[in-house]
Amino acid sequence: MDRLPGAHAILPRGVVLKRLATRELTLLAGFVVAVGLIQAWLGLAYTLRMLVEASCYALLALGLGVQWGYGGQFNVGVMGFVALGGFASVLLSYPVNEDFLDSGGPAGLARVGLYAVLGAAAVFAISRLHHIGVPRGVRTTATIAAALVVYLIVTTALDPVAAEIELKAGFIGGLGLPAWTGWLAGGVLAGLVAWPIGRICLGLRSDYLAIATLGIAEIIKAFLKNADWLTRGTLTVSPLPWPVPVPDEIGFVWARAGYLCLTATMVVVIYVLLQGAYAAPWGRMMRSIRDNEISAAAMGKDVNRRRLEIFVFGSIIIGIGGAAMVSFVRIFDPAGFLPQHYTFLVWVMVILGGSGNNLGAIAGALLVYIVWTLSEPAALFLFDGARELGGAWFGWEAPSDLQSRALQVRVFVIGLTITLILRFAPRGILPERTPKHE
Amino acid sequence: MNELVFFVNKVLIAGSVIGSIYALGAVGVTLVFGILRFAHFAHGDLMTVGAFAALIAAGGLHAFDVSTPLPAGFVALPAAMAATALFAIGVDRLFYRPLRNLGARPIVLVMASIGVTLMLQGLVRLFAGTAPRNFFTVERKDIFRIDLPFELASRPIIVTEPQVLLVLVTAAAVVALHYFLTRSRLGKAMRAMSDNADLARISGIDTELVARATWIIAGGLAAAGGALLSLDVTLKPDLSFSLLLPIFAAAIVGGVGQPYGAIAGGFLVGFVETLSVFNWSVLLRPLAPMLPETFEVPAKLAFVPPEYKIVVPFFILVAVLVWRPTGIFRGRVL
Repeated sequence: MDRLPGAHAILPRGVVLKRLATRELTLLAGFVVAVGLIQAWLGLAYTLRMLVEASCYALLALGLGVQWGYGGQFNVGVMGFVALGGFASVLLSYPVNEDFLDSGGPAGLARVGLYAVLGAAAVFAISRLHHIGVPRGVRTTATIAAALVVYLIVTTALDPVAAEIELKAGFIGGLGLPAWTGWLAGGVLAGLVAWPIGRICLGLRSDYLAIATLGIAEIIKAFLKNADWLTRGTLTVSPLPWPVPVPDEIGFVWARAGYLCLTATMVVVIYVLLQGAYAAPWGRMMRSIRDNEISAAAMGKDVNRRRLEIFVFGSIIIGIGGAAMVSFVRIFDPAGFLPQHYTFLVWVMVILGGSGNNLGAIAGALLVYIVWTLSEPAALFLFDGARELGGAWFGWEAPSDLQSRALQVRVFVIGLTITLILRFAPRGILPERTPKHE
Repeated sequence: MNELVFFVNKVLIAGSVIGSIYALGAVGVTLVFGILRFAHFAHGDLMTVGAFAALIAAGGLHAFDVSTPLPAGFVALPAAMAATALFAIGVDRLFYRPLRNLGARPIVLVMASIGVTLMLQGLVRLFAGTAPRNFFTVERKDIFRIDLPFELASRPIIVTEPQVLLVLVTAAAVVALHYFLTRSRLGKAMRAMSDNADLARISGIDTELVARATWIIAGGLAAAGGALLSLDVTLKPDLSFSLLLPIFAAAIVGGVGQPYGAIAGGFLVGFVETLSVFNWSVLLRPLAPMLPETFEVPAKLAFVPPEYKIVVPFFILVAVLVWRPTGIFRGRVL
């Protein structure tokens, strides 16, 4: 190994042309044509919106692609990390709520926080009692009892404070920082939540990780939806600030174009970094852990630590992507986070694009998202046709909620696509290419 | 005394009802996990399918004016169970068996089962919408009020007919499953497969037959659980996701591959859930005179507000994975 690791990965010498000449170019051409057609049909503002959202999905797909493609980890909680990213955006970059600062809220919250810290310290101390000779059984029982009591004290103390904040100020508002800080915080928050989950589950088989991430995503959503004092819950928070000028200032087209430049740059930067990491010794180690954990462990790799590393890393990317996505919509609506749209759609993108191939993840994201946006009018059109024909030919009385039902067909199609890809094209449209080291 | 009656109604009865549901689901999950070696995410949807099968069959009974002493949904249960068992075998044929034969990794089967979940959810919502449905449109739901022979207890203990049937069906299923797994040849083959698949295969056990038997049991019990839950409350077409986490928690608490463990785990999760959302102030209030002056009984003292109920199975799951990944019945850690 005389060359710098990673340097040849971004531009693998000698194979550049051979690589670019095949499927990638076809896909690129198809993408350009599709975008051109959509632009001609639905207008520039619409196309830009679609592209921004697709690039945010590409960020999510890259993050999930790291977890699944590099680490073989099955994260079914993408929605939760997206929500966390959005929440961090609100918390850091939403304007300061003066009513909250004037109310007794900050003092109350500080008091509750103090209780929580003191309580946690007490529980920790009790959990260490076996060092001074207390039997382990007694220690465990005492720890659990203490944790329950502390939990009850903290929640009972929080309830009136939360009620007061909701009454006087609505919710705690944000810190009024620039929007990009919120995006970074989204990544950090997602990583912080991913760490304990990975710590617990990654030593076991991936099934357990799937179950746990499914659970944590639902819990995050339930928390954000019901903690009205923190997030306004179902009342939603809007408008979220953008890191670039917003449409009110310079019009939809320019604002969206600016946003697209930003998200597209993020996709490219993260892609380049990931490609470098993939070809570096780090990426090789990750693949060896994924493909044969026992031999990797025999070579002295700390398998569980590395897995945790990759899980947290992927979650950070998902958190940033989620923050970008929620900021773009400009409205934070915890009830609007549906696993179909944020978890399983991203999964389709990753496995359709090609597991373990970052370009595949991006291509999958663009392709699937375009199909997904167009499927809404298509499904409505099909079902309206069915209603007409069914009514004319068989006297079929369509149910009144036919439109919302028609959109549910798309969930069916996501599921069908997943099973079909797994069975007939498990390697995706751009299969994984491991760099060859001569 | 009324407080105790309240406790019985809210915790003992509600806990055994929801525990039975979780147990019926968890048995199927643990069998599939142990024998076919993957976490079957579409299990909640098998329960929905079973509930719809029972609803349709009950509708058929009503249409022919068959009057039954028990609720029609319950009389239709065997048909619904059979239909769901067949359905489960069909799903396995179409989506899981090809992957098994390709030698796919277990995680790929988990993904396929999520694909199946989405397909079933899409289909159910397409054909049935999202509005809840009631089994008792034609007949009346019998409610038993048991008055207690004490002076102080003026409130009755309330049990509904579907709840009694649910607990009876669960008990019958447990006994039948026990005899099947310990006495019959096929049941023994299933346990052998769960213990050591390779050894079972070389000793001549027909693995496809075992897989089919697994799906029949899993599908049948899931249908029973789904239908009886819908009889007790209403049939919610989107119930599957909320059931999934408690069921997995129950299966893992009980030990993967251990049907008795799954039943114990189901009741454990059910009771912990009802105990956590129970308002303990109700029990503390009568004790107030005995407590010190400074301690004021809060109006609401529950561990978890009802909207955060999903946290409970998750914490049980995490606790088990941290302290005893094999589960209480020493199952396997895959």
